[in-house]
Amino acid sequence: MRPFGYLTPPDRAGAIAAVTGRPGATFLAGGTNLVDLMKLGVADPDLLVDVTGLLPDRIEPTAAGGLRIGAGVRNSDLAADPGVRAGFPVLARAVLTGASGQLRNMATVGGNLLQRTRCLYFQDVTKPCNKRVPGSGCPARAGDHRNLAILGGSPHCVATHPSDMAVALAALDAVVHVEGPAGPRAVPVTGPVGGLYRLPGDRPDRETTLERGDLITAVEIPPLAYAGNSAYRKVRDRTSYAFAVVSVAAALDVADGVVRDARLAIGAVAPVPWRARAAERVLAGRPATAEWFGRAADAELAKASPLPDNAFKLTLVRNVVVQMLGELAGDGS
Amino acid sequence: MTTADDTSSELTLVVNGTAHRLRLDHRTTLLDALREHLGLTGTKKGCDHGQCGACTVLADGRRVNSCLLLAVAARDAEITTIEGLAAADGALHPLQAAFVEHDALQCGYCTPGQICSAAAMLGEAAAGWPSAASASLNPETGPVVLDAAEIRERMSGNLCRCGAYVNILAAITDVARAAP
Repeated sequence: MRPFGYLTPPDRAGAIAAVTGRPGATFLAGGTNLVDLMKLGVADPDLLVDVTGLLPDRIEPTAAGGLRIGAGVRNSDLAADPGVRAGFPVLARAVLTGASGQLRNMATVGGNLLQRTRCLYFQDVTKPCNKRVPGSGCPARAGDHRNLAILGGSPHCVATHPSDMAVALAALDAVVHVEGPAGPRAVPVTGPVGGLYRLPGDRPDRETTLERGDLITAVEIPPLAYAGNSAYRKVRDRTSYAFAVVSVAAALDVADGVVRDARLAIGAVAPVPWRARAAERVLAGRPATAEWFGRAADAELAKASPLPDNAFKLTLVRNVVVQMLGELAGDGS
Repeated sequence: MTTADDTSSELTLVVNGTAHRLRLDHRTTLLDALREHLGLTGTKKGCDHGQCGACTVLADGRRVNSCLLLAVAARDAEITTIEGLAAADGALHPLQAAFVEHDALQCGYCTPGQICSAAAMLGEAAAGWPSAASASLNPETGPVVLDAAEIRERMSGNLCRCGAYVNILAAITDVARAAP
């Protein structure tokens, strides 16, 4: 790790200016991913600008009936918040399945959104990686890709986004509030147009639409009448404290056996938290049955391009989607 | 006044109630500050990447991985390490006593992290924080009843390569049941 400077500016404008004005500078919040990447040699900042005291750290109801979550809220406080637990269980559940008690105490909401992939090649500086060193190549397609993307990847990168929280936020249509050198703006977590995350294409090193000096200050969740009927399921190689192999965030509004509306997002299958809009379109107005839940999953997965060792995720996603939607529809299974 | 080009800082770390004035390279983690600069070697370095929990300490009463916390970023916190858990008269913390009673270790390397983690975990459960193992997220339910599944889930950030989990679980269960 190279030596680096450390600053605690008195306000956000000062922090943004400090990072904007120095190419090697980066924001530090909880540090659970950044400090690790610095130890690995993957991140190499020459200045850390500590924003932990500068970010909003409260969760407040919005006038519209949603929630505004400060970017400095620790993951553990987010999951324990009564308003989140009662109103948006999918979000509390997603956060609780991530990392460990210690890491959730440290990690912030803003940092969680910006954590980097755990692709083995990205984290190993002795290996080529187009995300880490643009143009150096990607050994994953012919190498270890069991846990990499089946959707949204490119010949240049098939890394998966590691966050659980972001998958729930994608399903909830959350919006990220950003302050930067160009002033404040709001960006949806996942589209339908624009959004915080970029698909890799031929520039997998550009993961988000944030520019140098942009600082996430809050995440806003709009109201969703049926968000109380939501859930998050994470399939992983051990029961706890592991990244997802596949995860699904879902919310379902059913009346008289018919789906009125649905929200679905899938984790660990793409370089971004994957909002399953094709599946949602199939579900709307259709019978709340396993058959239609399966058709919805199939519609989303029609775009998939799995690799030899991760094609199992197709079956896994379908099974988890069908089971979860069945439970949310109240079939008692 | 620290500038962007300074690679070290003069800072105060408050550990187990004692303030220590230090000049530290910014690369120094809290873990290395405790072990190498303050001689508090009870806190252990296992993986040094936040994956094993051996380095768990309390920062303002919350459990954290000291290997991923830069010392310079911990200067405003009250740090408690395994050396600070026992009472001033030397009486063991109930978790320390329970680990001895239940033989909840073999090599002992993960033990300080296990005990610090468990100490904070009991507080989280008492505060009603849910876990991934909790059947209900209902905020009205109050303190969490720590059954085996809850304790295993909540302690999953602390690995034990000797596999003493059965006795670790027994020790923590004892203390959880005795808690007011």
